[in-house]
Amino acid sequence: MADIVLDKVSKSFPDGTVAVQDVDLEIADGEFVILVGPSGCGKSTTLNMIAGLEDISSGELRIGGQRVNDKAPRDRDIAMVFQSYALYPNMTVRENMAFPLRLAKLDKATIDQKVDEAAKVLELTPLLDRKPANLSGGQRQRVAMGRAIVRQPKAFLMDEPLSNLDAKLRVQMRTVVSRLQKKLGTTTVYVTHDQTEAMTLGDRVVIMRGGAIQQVGPPQELYDHPRNLFVAGFIGSPSMNFLHAAVEDGKLRTALGDVPIGDRIRRELEGADAPRELILGIRPEHFEDAELIDDEARARGMEFTAPADIVESMGSDKYVYFTVEGQRASAAELEELAADAGADFSGGGGNLVTRLSAESPVQEGEDRRVWFNLEKIHLFDPSSGRNLTLHEGRSAGTLGD
Amino acid sequence: MSRRAPLSENKKAERKLGWLLCAPAALVMVLVTAYPIIYSVWLSLQRFDLRFPDERKFIGLDNYVTVLSNEFWWTAFGVTMLITVVTVAVELALGMGLALVMHRTLVGRGIVRTAALIPYGIVTVVAAFSWRYAWTPGTGYLANLFDGSAPLTERASSLAIIMLAEIWKTTPFMALLLMAGLALVPEDLLKAASTDGATAWQRFTKVMLPVMKPAILVALLFRTLDAFRVFDNIFVLTNGGNETSSVSMLAYNNLIRGLNLGIGSTMSVLIFITVAIIAFVFVKLFGTAAPGSDDGERR
Amino acid sequence: MADTTTRAKLRWGLIDVIVVVFALVPVLWIASLSFKTPATLTDGKFWPREWTLDNYKSIFDTDQFVRALVNSIGIALIATLIAVVLGAMAAYAISRLDFPGKRLLVGVSLLIAMFPQVSLVSPLFEIERQLGLFDTWPGLILPYITFALPLAIYTLSAFFKQIPWDLEKAAKMDGATQAQAFRRVIAPLAAPGLFTTAILVFIFCWNDFLFAITLTSTERARTVPVALSFFTGESQFEDPTGAICAAAVVITIPIILFVLFFQRRIVSGLTSGAVKG
Repeated sequence: MADIVLDKVSKSFPDGTVAVQDVDLEIADGEFVILVGPSGCGKSTTLNMIAGLEDISSGELRIGGQRVNDKAPRDRDIAMVFQSYALYPNMTVRENMAFPLRLAKLDKATIDQKVDEAAKVLELTPLLDRKPANLSGGQRQRVAMGRAIVRQPKAFLMDEPLSNLDAKLRVQMRTVVSRLQKKLGTTTVYVTHDQTEAMTLGDRVVIMRGGAIQQVGPPQELYDHPRNLFVAGFIGSPSMNFLHAAVEDGKLRTALGDVPIGDRIRRELEGADAPRELILGIRPEHFEDAELIDDEARARGMEFTAPADIVESMGSDKYVYFTVEGQRASAAELEELAADAGADFSGGGGNLVTRLSAESPVQEGEDRRVWFNLEKIHLFDPSSGRNLTLHEGRSAGTLGD
Repeated sequence: MSRRAPLSENKKAERKLGWLLCAPAALVMVLVTAYPIIYSVWLSLQRFDLRFPDERKFIGLDNYVTVLSNEFWWTAFGVTMLITVVTVAVELALGMGLALVMHRTLVGRGIVRTAALIPYGIVTVVAAFSWRYAWTPGTGYLANLFDGSAPLTERASSLAIIMLAEIWKTTPFMALLLMAGLALVPEDLLKAASTDGATAWQRFTKVMLPVMKPAILVALLFRTLDAFRVFDNIFVLTNGGNETSSVSMLAYNNLIRGLNLGIGSTMSVLIFITVAIIAFVFVKLFGTAAPGSDDGERR
Repeated sequence: MADTTTRAKLRWGLIDVIVVVFALVPVLWIASLSFKTPATLTDGKFWPREWTLDNYKSIFDTDQFVRALVNSIGIALIATLIAVVLGAMAAYAISRLDFPGKRLLVGVSLLIAMFPQVSLVSPLFEIERQLGLFDTWPGLILPYITFALPLAIYTLSAFFKQIPWDLEKAAKMDGATQAQAFRRVIAPLAAPGLFTTAILVFIFCWNDFLFAITLTSTERARTVPVALSFFTGESQFEDPTGAICAAAVVITIPIILFVLFFQRRIVSGLTSGAVKG
């Protein structure tokens, strides 16, 4: 067991492209850290550099306090779980799991004992004599995990280990991975493109974009206090709503009406070249059917009326999609997020996703009065993407000061 | 960027390894083909008869004039072209049928494939002898069909038998190449075409053929060039008698039987040029469907 | 419903039979001839009326055939071995490494695959005479390797591309050195592809007639296909048909064995090379 430190680690290719740029990251001993981001953000490259499967162009990588830049993977004492599982097809499950131990030249009795132990933990015992070809996807995944844990390495690296499983099994395996990591207490770096996995699994989440770290923190902090537009849009499902907002007369003119601005934001906006155009971000759960709001809450937010297009009843609550008039919010980061989600068509107009209480009697097609919480809204600078409402690490809505 | 250097070092090592691994194969292939073909151009410009080595002399293009104004050459050329066109056309049709059988048959797929591989694998000379004896009066089971006449002593029937032997031997290879193309046709696509109301024939022409086009072109190109080289069957079946020589037979006869290196080389060069033209026309006509054209991708 | 599938099966079965008969008749015919006695050889019947092994005895009694058989086996095996080794090296580089000139190599091997072999006959004849390679094993092995290489490279590249190379990384993470990763993980996976390629290349070498007849002149290096066409029988007046057929059957046996035991591999080797090559 050991901590892993990335000190200004970069990866660039001979043709000049930079895959990873100046990544600084300290992963504590026993910590479970998730690297997440859209494809091509450098998360897998970063993982491969930690593994030693790719050279580090510059910077330093330390595992357990030791510089390992120039060490071969086999000398780093870390195990990796691959997306494709990378099980050796010519070996049985037992031989697959024993492989790293045999390479380490352990004696036969020890190997058998360790493999049996690991197989028991992962409920693989009845499958030990099968070949990978005769296993289901979930079983293969478990064998891949077994091969990693069997040698008790300093750290686990996992490269999208669950992405080849079907949705239900993925949720199930998520808890298996989580429980296993807690039980073994081994430092783990886990790469995924799935923000739900990132939110649910890790002690800390590292969001990457274009080879650079955007924000590092516990899942809840990233969710509540995204540092920029990208993080705000990436974390959360359904994702945050973004609306165009123009600063006029000390207020924000938006499709949901005029939003008042708190003193601190005003001060910031009065600065030299503060943008006149902003992006307003509101998470779906910060809306509520105005009928269901008590007076105290009503005072903390504001209301608007819009036609409800679609109502999706989830049982515990309702997702209601509204159409609102007005300009669409535009920023490079938002387009990148949309492209990553495969949403190259938006359906036109401003669409608002809200999560209302299940008790709301909202009907499709009707105009509905909707409330939203002003304390929870975010304001972003469209050119830099910076979250303007974030103040000393905390955001307090537009009213805060 | 202080550690930039080792990276390109790595890249350099990869290149070096790539070249090192390819060098022996490339060297052998080029040495055994490029040098001799250039050498044969040189030989073709000389009067060089091994029976009269003292008369060796540079004579420019005289050999080409001799060959190209010789009716034997043009007869052989015509025979070769005829065999090529007929056999490739028949093989394409039969091969497509066989490919469909091997790909789709409900029963005995293994048996059919195994049986089809036998003509592919068998030594051409062996097959040629089988056909020869089959058509030999008195001996053969097929010759009796024609009242004991000797089909291998007449030009038309000889050519037909040569083509039959060629077709029997190489249809399976054609079929295998086409089957590779068939395997690329997604089953869902055929189902979709069925639900869209296409008949079996329409599914074949409108859905399967377009998808298979690259495979068909590759098969055609390879078989055409291969058919143009026809030699073994003619050697055994007629030995080039009754004007059934192919250009390869003629080149062989001039070299080994005539020991005329100059004329033999001239024919070699002419055959090489013809094959190059055929290949060129194929690629030009049908675009670059040649295999390997998409080989750039990694892993 | 069951009725239509039965009928479909019957129809396919019938087509299968036609294909099998068409493919096998010439082979059965020459085998049948090889078992006929001299007296019944010219009876024109498909099956022998009297069976004899004399034809086989006679060919194995003559040095002519035995020498040719040894030559055929030796030359084909050596050429196969070398072609597969060189082909595997090149195919590994093509499928795994990035280097300039890769496409050129693929193009060159494609050209060689289409090359008219008869064009080489005259110059090789002369070159080999000068180098003393004429009528020797190396004199045949060399052109065999050359023309087998494109086949080997295409087939092996297709096979190598199918190998999940992630496994190499996995083995390294599991603590293997580069050599161990190759020996214990990659080599066992590559073996079937190498074996299939070896069969295809062997068939190619075993089959050749053109080079064998032009680049040999005596029993020193003459292979069976060529020896067949020089068979004269024990005396000049004896009909060599029986002997030729017996010899033909002998050299067909390995092909039949390959096809029977490795049909699946041969088909996959030929088709994968054709599509992906």
